[in-house]
Amino acid sequence: MASNIEATISIEQQAHRDDVGARMGMWLFLFTEILLFGGMFLIYAVYRYQYPDQFHLAGMELNTGIGTLNTIILLTSSLTMALSIAAIQKKNKALSIIMLSSTLLFALLFMVNKFFEWSAKISHGIFPGSKELLEKQNGEILFFGLYYVMTGLHAFHIIIGIVILTFMLVFLIRNKITSDNYVKLENSGLYWHLVDLIWIFLFPLFYLIQ
Amino acid sequence: MEHNNTEKHGGSYTTLVLVWIGLLALTSITVTVAGISLGQYTLFVALLIAAVKSGFVINIFMHIKFEEPIFKVFIAVSGITLFVIFLLTFFDFIYR
Repeated sequence: MASNIEATISIEQQAHRDDVGARMGMWLFLFTEILLFGGMFLIYAVYRYQYPDQFHLAGMELNTGIGTLNTIILLTSSLTMALSIAAIQKKNKALSIIMLSSTLLFALLFMVNKFFEWSAKISHGIFPGSKELLEKQNGEILFFGLYYVMTGLHAFHIIIGIVILTFMLVFLIRNKITSDNYVKLENSGLYWHLVDLIWIFLFPLFYLIQ
Repeated sequence: MEHNNTEKHGGSYTTLVLVWIGLLALTSITVTVAGISLGQYTLFVALLIAAVKSGFVINIFMHIKFEEPIFKVFIAVSGITLFVIFLLTFFDFIYR
């Protein structure tokens, strides 16, 4: 009798786990993120429509090379993230750990590049409120304002991603994430891919105005 | 219930790597195209390529291709909402 009850309890515990629901919840959160960035893309679109030439002029000052490099880094980090999930699904814990660590490494590389990119801009006197920037035309001031806010908010998401993925790595090593319970890793992956998705649009809009 | 939780809905390693190669190829195309002057089409081409890249990321990396249909409905609703917001703003802005 007692073992029967235990069995019932363990079945119920499994039944209480709803991975589809968990992923659905994550997607709902991602939509709020899309609206957050969407609002900024809207401001960008309106001002680019209003000041096309000045946006062009300001965009020329951004470093296309470093933008392209960061695009490649983020796309690769998305691949390693997806591979990490595929590996845990295939019960290959070691590969999953290697891939998740690579994702973290690429995320850090992205931030290092961002640091050098922003440092170069700031040392040229281009940062919000700087004397040099305020002497420029309205459209250029708006472009750089949007550049700092949008890539800044994106970089902030990368930093949050680094923290989340570090936790996932610890969970993976301590067997809190296993081949039959990996929804945490999946949802972190969804977040990470969204950050990549936003960059896919930021990149041509800021770095490829030529 | 159990089969729902352990359901496999990821791609194979090969598919993922192929999608990554595709994404890199699209990136090099968009960078090359940006150097060519296409006039008013430059922005359109750049956004089209970005949309194709997003399609790959959402469907394969984010597993939407293997998810239940309700997820696709969610994405469509949020996408259309964003589009309507853009549309209404521009109507207001252009005809002001």
